[in-house]
Amino acid sequence: MTSVLYDAPGPKAKLRNVVYTVVFLVVLALGVWWVIDKLNEKNQLEWVLWKPFFTDSQAWTTYLLPGLGETLKAAGLALLIALPLGAVFGIARLSDHRWVRVSAGAVVEFFRAIPVLLLMLFANQFYSEYTGISSEQRPLYAVITGLVLYNAAVLAEIVRAGILSLPRGQTEAAKAVGLRKGQMMGSVLLPQAVTAMLPAIVSQLVVIVKDTALGGVMIGFSELLVERRTLASNYSNVFASFIVVAVIYVVVNFILTSLASWLERVVRRGKRTTGAVVGVGEVDDLSTGAVGGGVGRLAGGVPPRVLRGDADPGGGGGPGDGRGDVGK
Amino acid sequence: MDIISDYDTQILDAFWVTVKLTLLSGLFSLIWGTLLAAMRVSPVPLMRGFGAVYVNVIRNVPLTVIIVFCSLALADVFGVTMGAQGNFDALYFRLAVLGLSAYTAAFVCEALRSGINTVPVGQAEAARAIGLSFTQVLTIIVLPQAFRSVVGPLTNVLIALTKNTTVAAAIGVAEAALLMKEMIENEAQLLLISAIFALGFIVLTLPTGLFLGWVGKKVAVKR
Repeated sequence: MTSVLYDAPGPKAKLRNVVYTVVFLVVLALGVWWVIDKLNEKNQLEWVLWKPFFTDSQAWTTYLLPGLGETLKAAGLALLIALPLGAVFGIARLSDHRWVRVSAGAVVEFFRAIPVLLLMLFANQFYSEYTGISSEQRPLYAVITGLVLYNAAVLAEIVRAGILSLPRGQTEAAKAVGLRKGQMMGSVLLPQAVTAMLPAIVSQLVVIVKDTALGGVMIGFSELLVERRTLASNYSNVFASFIVVAVIYVVVNFILTSLASWLERVVRRGKRTTGAVVGVGEVDDLSTGAVGGGVGRLAGGVPPRVLRGDADPGGGGGPGDGRGDVGK
Repeated sequence: MDIISDYDTQILDAFWVTVKLTLLSGLFSLIWGTLLAAMRVSPVPLMRGFGAVYVNVIRNVPLTVIIVFCSLALADVFGVTMGAQGNFDALYFRLAVLGLSAYTAAFVCEALRSGINTVPVGQAEAARAIGLSFTQVLTIIVLPQAFRSVVGPLTNVLIALTKNTTVAAAIGVAEAALLMKEMIENEAQLLLISAIFALGFIVLTLPTGLFLGWVGKKVAVKR
C-alpha cells in the first residue's frame, strides 16, 4: 500500500517489513506470555471464575442483562430528551437576532465546558433537596438529567453543523420561492439536516452509553458496572467479571459505531439527499467544548457536497463544483 | 459566603489535584498515543492491526470501567503498587493517571493519525520527484504539515481529558468532583457550591481552548 509516508515497498523494504513483523511479534508474544503468567500466578484463569458466564444463566439474567437494560434505558431516554432540546438550541445559535444567538451560545458553551459528572452530582442533590422523587428512582432521574444537560449542548452543535453542512443553494432556493424563515427551517433545512446528522447522533449515543457508567459508581444508579460489583461479590471473580463487562460494552458500542459508519456511507452516497453529512469523526471534536477550535474546524471540515442528480454518484464534489463551501 | 472561607484551601487543593492529573495523564498519553499512531501508519500490517485493535477496544469501553478496573483488579487482585507502598493516596492517584493515560492515548493516536492523513499524497510525491530522501520527505515535508494540523484536535483531547479527570473520583482520588460531592452533601448551599465548581472547570478549560484554538488556527495549513 502507498501512503503519504512511504511508497509501495520494493524487495528491500519488503524484507525489512518482514524483520519488523517478526521483532514485533516476539515483543507481543512476550507481553502476552507475561500477562498470562501473572494471571496464573494469581489463579485468575481458573475455570470456576469464568464458568458462571458460560454455564450459569443466572449470572446473565440476574445481574448482567438487567444492568445492561438500565444502561440502555438511561442512554436511550437521555438521547430522546436531549434531541429536541439540542435542536432548539442549535437553531437558536443560527438565529438572525443577535441576543438569541449569543444567549443560546452561552448556554451551550457553559454545559459543554463542565464535566458530566458535576451535572449528575448536582441533579442528584437537587432532586433529593427540592423534589419528592423517591430515593430508588432518584439515581435514574439524576443520571438522565446530567446526560441530557450535557448532550443537549453537544447535540446543539451537531444540529448547527448539520444545518451548516447543507449546500447554500438550499437556503437561496427557499428564499427565492418566497418561504418565510420558519418555513425555510421547518420544511427545507431541518429535514435535510436530520439526515445529515444521523451518523453523528448515533455515535454520540456511544458517548452517552459510556457516561452512564459514571452514574453507576458515583450516585448508585444500578447499571451494568454496578451490577458487575454485585455479581463479583457473589462469585468472587473480580477480574473475570471486569473482562466480561468490558466485552459487553465493546460489543454494544461497536454495533452502534458500525451503524453510524453505515449511515454515514448511505447518506453520503444517497441519490435523494444532497450528500451533506456530519461525519462520525467530528463528534469527538464537538463533544469537548473547545470554544476556539471546534466550530471553525467543523465548518471547514465538512466535505464537499454533491447536489442531487450530479453525474458522479460516488460522492465528493468534482472540480468545477462551483457551489461555495459554507463556512469556509 | 462563609462556605468559601471554610473550604478555600480544600477547594484549591482539589483543583490542584485535577490539574496534576490532567498534566501527567496528558504527558503520558501523548507519548503512548504517538507510539500508537506510529504503529497505525507503519508499513507493517501486524503493527497496524495491533494499533487498530487497541484504539477500537479502548475507545468503546467507558473510562469509568478502566479506572475502576485499575483500582479493583490491578491494585487489589494483582497487587500492583505503582511504586507507592502503603501510601494509598499516592497509589490511587497513580492508578488514575494510568487509567486516564491508557484511555486518552487512543484519542491522541486518532488525532495524530487524522493529522497525517490531512497531508495530501501529492506533497510526498512532489517531494520524491525532486529527489528528496525518505527521511527528508518525512522531516521537511510531511511531519511539519501534519503537526500543524493536529493542534486543534489535540486541544480538544486535552480539554476532554481535563473534564475526564473527574472520573478519578470513582476510586476516591481527592480531586474537584469528589470534594464537590462531599460539600453538597454536607452543606445546604447546593447552588453556590455547584457554581463554584462549574466556574473552576470553566476557568481550566476556557483559556486552554481559546489559546490553543487560536494557535491552531494560526499554524493551520491553508488548503
